[in-house]
Amino acid sequence: MKTLKFFQGFWIWLVLLFLYAPILILAFYSFTSATMIGSIREFSLDNYVTLFTTPELVDMIIGTLLLAVGVALLSTILGTVGAIGSFYSSKKVRGAIELSNQIPVVNADVVTGFSVCILMIAIFHVRKDTYVPLVIGQTALCVPFVYLSVIPRLKKMDHQLYEAARDLGCTVGMAIWRVTIPQIVPGITSGFMTAITLSLDDYFIATYTKPATFNTISTYVVNATRGSQTSIKTALWALSAIIFLVVVLCVVGANVFGMRDKQKNETS
Amino acid sequence: MKYTFHRKQLAIPYAIFLILFVILPLLVIIFYAFTNDNGQVSFHNFIAFFQSGKTVGTLLYSIVIAVLTTLICLLIAYPTAFLLAKTGMRSGSALLLLFVLPMWINFTLRITALKEILTLIEGNLALHPFANTIICMVYDFLPFMIMPLYNTLTKLDDSYIEAAQDLGAKKSLVFWRVILPLSVPGIVSGVTMVFLPSMTNYVVLDMVYNSTYIMGSLIGSYFSAYDWHNGSVISIILLLIICVITFISNRYAEGEEDSHVNPLKKAEARKG
Repeated sequence: MKTLKFFQGFWIWLVLLFLYAPILILAFYSFTSATMIGSIREFSLDNYVTLFTTPELVDMIIGTLLLAVGVALLSTILGTVGAIGSFYSSKKVRGAIELSNQIPVVNADVVTGFSVCILMIAIFHVRKDTYVPLVIGQTALCVPFVYLSVIPRLKKMDHQLYEAARDLGCTVGMAIWRVTIPQIVPGITSGFMTAITLSLDDYFIATYTKPATFNTISTYVVNATRGSQTSIKTALWALSAIIFLVVVLCVVGANVFGMRDKQKNETS
Repeated sequence: MKYTFHRKQLAIPYAIFLILFVILPLLVIIFYAFTNDNGQVSFHNFIAFFQSGKTVGTLLYSIVIAVLTTLICLLIAYPTAFLLAKTGMRSGSALLLLFVLPMWINFTLRITALKEILTLIEGNLALHPFANTIICMVYDFLPFMIMPLYNTLTKLDDSYIEAAQDLGAKKSLVFWRVILPLSVPGIVSGVTMVFLPSMTNYVVLDMVYNSTYIMGSLIGSYFSAYDWHNGSVISIILLLIICVITFISNRYAEGEEDSHVNPLKKAEARKG
């Protein structure tokens, strides 16, 4: 029995080691002047200085963040409004919307990116440096997930509140804004967060639709691995250490808040 | 007549968006796949794809990579998810968080990290392109396999297991005849999340200097050559594969409950 317990724990640690060792080792080396993992060099913050002082890198990071926030906002508005509308539509309309909504979800990103790119460039003749193809492409990827996270909230919400508001003289728009929306906020927020992470993680849509001079973190990293200066390479180690820290804080934060929310709901 | 605003009209902007940027792009690639440069209907591109040993080889190579990646992910993820969900391990759900957290880190940065480690171990990455590709794919997609398996296994009713044990089944028999069949929905949804991305995510191959093509790389190279027709053919073939996978997975899908699971789970699974 004891050996079984030991092997169970051992397995868990082994898998965790596989998942985390690369990230943690890289994070460790980002604080040294080493240009290769395994070589021992002294402590240095050079990578962090390079990361935040090289215009190319700073532009790339700010550009990625702005794009993610923009795409997420657009997706959240479009997806939330669409979900409310579709929820009250006839079965046929809702079915059609949900079916097309499912396409970007199951489709490979390569295909989504490629097809949006042909549509925009070959059919609509929109130039890539307008950023329109990029924003549209990433939005097409993200909206379905906003829709999917809002719909369950609509199902769970108390529909009599809306009717009550209407009976008391609210206009349709006012009732939606003041009664429906507040009840589905958790779905909207999780949709927004999903959209942010999808945009930050996207490589394929960005690479097919982005302006030539613009880079997201993903496209930049991939280009950097095709041979570039060592200082850039190690500065990216610093970037991944920072992103790791931010993700840990966000995930832990979200879960602590989530648990507190749950407890509140249970006691009230 | 006075104009009245209905809630269902809110669906209009989204419906237009879906038609323009989801349906229309698909129609466009179908059009390009079945026409030639002169705009005439032609099946030539498809025939050429299946006649050329090179492209068929690419298809087979992607399938090999996808099958291996999926299998290895499953072999690592199943015991892990099982231990987290079923052995009464303290704080199983908190531990799960550790296993799925990497999903939120940009995958190119994660692969870069693994690449540095592999370089340290192997010296030269170019020596083992195939093995490195599989290792990186598994590393990339493992969390997406653990998540659905964990979800299914925690929902699995323990009374079935107890009933089987009370009726005298040995541990191994309980596993093969009760637990494994009941966890099929989780396995299927994990497999769908890993299989397709590992057929198409050619960035992983690029990053470990594997110059063999997979299906995704074909789209990439046709794209850089502005060859919309052949790129569309590959897209259509991938879409057909997706249809088959979706069809199979729907047969085993869990009920209503699973259709509105945390969208992040599905969202994050589709990075290919």
